Amino acid sequence: MMSRHWSAWLQATPLACVLGVFLLLPMVVLVVVSFYDYDSVQVIPAFVLTNYQEALGSAVTWRIYVNTLRYTLIVWAITVTLGFGVAYVLAFEIRNRTAQTMLFLVCTVPFLTSNIIRMISWIPFLGREGLLNTALQRAGLIDVPLEFLLFSDFAVILAYVHLYTLFMITPIFNAMMRIDRGLIEAAIDGGARFRQVISQVILPLCKPGIAIGSIFVVTMVMGDFITVRFMSGGQSASVGLMISNQISLLQYPAACANAVILLAVVLMMIAAITRIIDIRKEL
Amino acid sequence: MRGARLPWRRWALLAFLGLFILFLYGPTITILVLSFQGPDGGLTFPMNGVSVVWFERLFEKQAVGDFAGSLTRSFSLAIMVTLATVLIAVTAGFAFRRRFPGSDLLFTLTVASLVIPSILVSLGIGLLFNQAGLDPTWYGSAFGAQLTWTLPFGLLIMFAVFNRFNPAWEEAANDLGASPWQRVRHVVLPIVTPSVIGIALFGFTLSYDEFARTLLTAGSDNTLPLEIFGMTTNVTTPVLYALGTVTTLFSFLLIGLTLLALRVIVRTRR
Repeated sequence: MMSRHWSAWLQATPLACVLGVFLLLPMVVLVVVSFYDYDSVQVIPAFVLTNYQEALGSAVTWRIYVNTLRYTLIVWAITVTLGFGVAYVLAFEIRNRTAQTMLFLVCTVPFLTSNIIRMISWIPFLGREGLLNTALQRAGLIDVPLEFLLFSDFAVILAYVHLYTLFMITPIFNAMMRIDRGLIEAAIDGGARFRQVISQVILPLCKPGIAIGSIFVVTMVMGDFITVRFMSGGQSASVGLMISNQISLLQYPAACANAVILLAVVLMMIAAITRIIDIRKEL
Repeated sequence: MRGARLPWRRWALLAFLGLFILFLYGPTITILVLSFQGPDGGLTFPMNGVSVVWFERLFEKQAVGDFAGSLTRSFSLAIMVTLATVLIAVTAGFAFRRRFPGSDLLFTLTVASLVIPSILVSLGIGLLFNQAGLDPTWYGSAFGAQLTWTLPFGLLIMFAVFNRFNPAWEEAANDLGASPWQRVRHVVLPIVTPSVIGIALFGFTLSYDEFARTLLTAGSDNTLPLEIFGMTTNVTTPVLYALGTVTTLFSFLLIGLTLLALRVIVRTRR
């Protein structure tokens, strides 16, 4: 009995060591440093609450949190709709197995390419002299180029949707592929319409997949700083960007306090999602 | 759902999928085209002639920072991360086939590794090295930081294999007198091989493109994504697109080769 545990422990040790050193320990350091003091030149080991007081007492912080939550909510709503739609077409409308696998790959492969390049690739589309503005001007719909396309909230949200929808597609598609097709036939035989099949058969059975996708999208948007910095051209802020700015100013304790707050918020959001939907069935 | 479906709905849904794929790939294709911009061309259309001048610029050292150096570092790091991810995730996958004291805790930690925002991991590791008096390097701190991203994916892939794994195969090997090692070598490993290749692909590409976790942990030498990000602020020529084209084609080449290898493995087994 004991020897069986020993072999499992031995096999799990490398993973535990890596996560212990490069995840657990750094999080402990974050919490410790968040109580340190600092001045313009150095970080001073101490136990002060000023970093938290400054972070939570500042109207700027709250505004940035509201903005980040707004991004998260909008992006979540769009990605879950798009992701569900794409997964539905892949799972139920494409009947040829080879075509299904190929199209699923087509929809998910960008995950394995560079996010930064994918962001850069919006420049020729959205820029002042970009494809979209040129097309709209040629069509006579606008006289002057639309300035809000690149470097705006619109661009930020577009980039998020472009980058993260595949995190919704994959788990929802997996959940859909497990649905017994007989259930759908039965619903139709019982007189269910297309909309009823979707809302009363497919959607409830996809909930764990939706929850997993939501956790991915929510945590990635909440912690993002690079998309906001690049796509808003410095005009919008997010919590991640605020932390990254504090880091570049070497205000580590302030950055750590904000990091701890962000971590708490993200974990609470995950707890809320898993409370609404039980994802254990899916794992 | 055959009886209830109207043909126009099916076409609308297929068109929706087509539009989504266009949305997914359109921008990438645009920069692919624009990277062949003529020598006087700019960052947007129209094309001012066709040339490969921006690709040539890419490899001149002074033109765009240390492209060759960062490429070498990113490539070496990706190889290291791939090997470590495969070894650690596969062994851990074996451990998780049965519950063991601490397995729930380790699983929670692995999932946490996936959902904790990258910038926090990056900041934490940077500070940890700082406090320990160690210099952050791409082969040390950044290597560890990237493993916290690749290992959870590797482990989840292993879970997916072992969930579908029929224990009867191993029992049969046992009944036929196989030793534990023979059982692993001749029964389990061949079954998990395709997934191991998948883990390797994830490990390589996720490391090669990783930005946020590497940012504060790479030390003074940039990896390729860090170099590319630096370029976005000070390069205003299509050389940026040439770089995008090269890295994207490289990723696709790698994915293509992996899929080919998987096909060959599946074919030869039949």
